[in-house]
Amino acid sequence: MTDTTTLKPPTAHVEGQQHPLKLYFLVWGLLFVLSAFSYFVDYVGLQGLLRWSLIIVFMLLKAGLIVAVFMHIAWERLALAYAILLPPLAVLAFLAVMTFESDYTLSTRISVFSGP
Amino acid sequence: MAESTLQTDRPEGLDGFVRDWSSDQRTFKRVSWGKAMMWIFLLSDTFVFSIFLIGYMSARMSTKSDWPNTSEVFSLHVGGADLPLLLIAIMTFVLISSSGTMAMAVRCGYARARKATAGLMYLTALLGATFVGMQVFEWTKLIQEGVRPWGNPFGAEQFGASFFMITGFHGTHVSIGVLFLIIIATKIWRGEFDRPGRTWLKSDAGDYEAVEIMGLYWHFVDLVWVFIFAFFYLW
Repeated sequence: MTDTTTLKPPTAHVEGQQHPLKLYFLVWGLLFVLSAFSYFVDYVGLQGLLRWSLIIVFMLLKAGLIVAVFMHIAWERLALAYAILLPPLAVLAFLAVMTFESDYTLSTRISVFSGP
Repeated sequence: MAESTLQTDRPEGLDGFVRDWSSDQRTFKRVSWGKAMMWIFLLSDTFVFSIFLIGYMSARMSTKSDWPNTSEVFSLHVGGADLPLLLIAIMTFVLISSSGTMAMAVRCGYARARKATAGLMYLTALLGATFVGMQVFEWTKLIQEGVRPWGNPFGAEQFGASFFMITGFHGTHVSIGVLFLIIIATKIWRGEFDRPGRTWLKSDAGDYEAVEIMGLYWHFVDLVWVFIFAFFYLW
């Protein structure tokens, strides 16, 4: 087995998370711009599919930048990254279940509480 | 030391992932227990906020009444014009700014720049407190307009319950974050992190990892706001 993929000497001291300042400022700026974009979507009053897809895309980009760079997940080992990032996917299953459940509740409310 | 065997000769990528998870003693190599536990706490908090947001979605999808138009409910009247979501936009920018200063603080911490680290953490706390202050203003305004957890003049009754629950829980997180920022920043300012010996926040002199762990929490609060902003205010 070739375990020695890293060429670091065993005495190399890992000094926490140190990354170029430029990267932080870039992400900071991008977060501002993306927030301005999502606010703009509401300000100009976009509606329908365009509105929702833009809001979701800006939201996911912001979340990704924060988690990857500010929270340093991009530089953590995969063992930690997967342990944190994969379990929340279970939320999507719950989301799907509750979508059907809410539709059903609405349909019963319409049929039972719709008056004479 | 045992630490050095943890730090070197670990394969990266998928191979490393499999080996870390099948190894003995500990799974998260090169990650201190404090950082690992903060991440696990944040994972649990992710589920808490997910469930709040899904609960809000269910309430909104299943109600027959029209949901209040958030663009109008959260508008501010400035200089004779109604600006939609103005306060929320400012709050968003304040929170993102605080995330930026926190990231800088973490970086300064690892560079052992004591005063810069503490100063940036104080600035982060100040921005966080500003955020909570604006949230108090927003709550006061809505309560004066008659929004209650059980009803409101704008539309579906479930609006108030969802709003106060979600933003209240988030605001509580921000407030606790501000308190902890002040505690840790004050300890750093006094030089407690540069003295030898172990405390509950450091293993020895110059161990500034607590700043990064605090940062994880703070960025998470910002992260949650990203989702609240999209789903509650813009939807």
